[in-house]
Amino acid sequence: MTAAAPQAAPPAAGPGPMVEAVEVHKRFGSLEVLQGITMSVERGQVVCLLGPSGSGKSTFLRCINHLEQIDAGVIRVAGETVGYREKDGRLFELREKEVATQRRKVGMVFQRFNLFPHMTALENVMEAPTQVLGRSKAESRDDGIRLLEQVGLGDKAGTYPAQLSGGQQQRVAIARALAMDPQVMLFDEPTSALDPELVGDVLDVMRRLAEGGMTMIVVTHEIGFAREVADVAVFMDGGVVVEQGDPRQVLVEPAEERTRSFLSKVL
Amino acid sequence: MTIPVATEPKAPPMTAMKPSALTAPEGPHGSSGAARPRPVEAVPVRHPGRWIAAVLVLVIGIATLSSILQNPNLDLPTVGEYLFKPLTLSGVVITLWLTAASMVVGVIGGIVVAVMRLSPNPVLSIAAALFIWVFRGTPLLLQLIFWGFIGAFIPKVVVGVPFTSVEFWSFTTSDLIPATVAALLALGLNEMAYAAEIVRAGIQSVDPGQTEAAHSLGMSPLKTLRRIVLPQAMRVIIPPMGNETITMLKSTSLVAIVAGDDLMSNIREAYTQNYKIIPLLIVAAIWYLALTSILSIPQMWLERRYGRGFTGVRPTLGSRVSTFTQSLTLPVRASKKESAS
Repeated sequence: MTAAAPQAAPPAAGPGPMVEAVEVHKRFGSLEVLQGITMSVERGQVVCLLGPSGSGKSTFLRCINHLEQIDAGVIRVAGETVGYREKDGRLFELREKEVATQRRKVGMVFQRFNLFPHMTALENVMEAPTQVLGRSKAESRDDGIRLLEQVGLGDKAGTYPAQLSGGQQQRVAIARALAMDPQVMLFDEPTSALDPELVGDVLDVMRRLAEGGMTMIVVTHEIGFAREVADVAVFMDGGVVVEQGDPRQVLVEPAEERTRSFLSKVL
Repeated sequence: MTIPVATEPKAPPMTAMKPSALTAPEGPHGSSGAARPRPVEAVPVRHPGRWIAAVLVLVIGIATLSSILQNPNLDLPTVGEYLFKPLTLSGVVITLWLTAASMVVGVIGGIVVAVMRLSPNPVLSIAAALFIWVFRGTPLLLQLIFWGFIGAFIPKVVVGVPFTSVEFWSFTTSDLIPATVAALLALGLNEMAYAAEIVRAGIQSVDPGQTEAAHSLGMSPLKTLRRIVLPQAMRVIIPPMGNETITMLKSTSLVAIVAGDDLMSNIREAYTQNYKIIPLLIVAAIWYLALTSILSIPQMWLERRYGRGFTGVRPTLGSRVSTFTQSLTLPVRASKKESAS
């Protein structure tokens, strides 16, 4: 099943969906966290995953760049199977290096920022382009400063993460992920660890990114952001997709009782 | 105008004291109206116990020192004579070399063993654990003697196909492992076991989110270890590793048991001939102290280098002295004020 929202106009048209998940299952021990997630994200779409904690949203997000290994089903990013190679009808696990190569096209932003504390903001942004893509320091530096300016932190290039506020750290983290020129960006509750007055800056950056046509999958509790920016809202609970579709419908007049009761608690 | 002071027995009640002591609107130097309150000037708590203890320690220290210096057996001329003798200096060089070489073997090997220990492969992990268990669990002196007499255990080293009689090369062990190599092996392997545990603790102290972030940026596991995890682990690794280096510098003296050319061996050789045991031990002590003191300089430098991005200031000797002197001057100033009012 695909959930291509009718109003989505993918700017970067390409063959097939950007991210495609078919019947994805994941268990931690005896606990089945994902019980058959099927979802399709078109190029340029912004998809917001919502749901109570423990519903599997973050786990699903982490499966997309193979930080978690799935137990059943398949996930494809830009048409490539994540974590495996299909050959003669059989699946072969990819080597860690090959997985690393696959991850280059997927940017990820974490709830706890996970900036490298021993590097300045600029060094954080430069690290992957120089170390992974082999770009020159000069080129990465120019790119890095441009990206930091884009997230409103051009004056913080030489600052270490410990001296930045949470909101600033998260914006550096977004710039760091963007430095790899990813085709899709994953956001794992990017504003949940922030003081309320810092949330706005981060959401602004994400909004501008969405307007620029970036494909984004966002796990969030910010209903307002989802309603305003998302092309598709997906409500998950208990490891399944309860309902998905136009956020103005799913988040305003949900069809399912579970969605309704969740929204009434969050809003 | 009276300034209520917290340490005075009959301080006014809290409610009455608060406005005058902390937010007095008009002080003698007249910061009037809504301006910031006058800085707190209270008589600090006195510590008579500390002063008595300090005097006691000084007296004992001076008594001990003078009794040592007046002891005729101290024989300072001999100390002076041997302090810069070629025998001593060549020993110092060997001690330094042995320390450096053993630490290099120990740290590099330790990183390898630590990574093995953390490997998901049970064979690697258990092998590393066994290695650590044996080399950390037996005395260094025993290991030194063992490697010194390895020839008695394995007289010949053969390179060939295992479990067959095919031989490519064979060596006599005593040719392959001369005394210095034996010492290096013993010290290095022993250090590996300790270093492995220190490195492992360092690696495990790094937030797993760091590895995830590096992976999500497309960094390979090896690059993640080298660029992201180890540099952060260094902050935790360096202080105990500094201790290890100092311990190693002193442990090299155990080589004297097996025969070596290090400082302690040479000193021992000298005093077995002239029986000036105490003066020669003082010579060795002076050198060991000097070397360990010098070693703390690179440690400080490394700690600062890998502490980048982490806040937190440690008190230095200088800052501690200045807080102490401040604590001496403050009561004087405060009591002057008191008598003036």
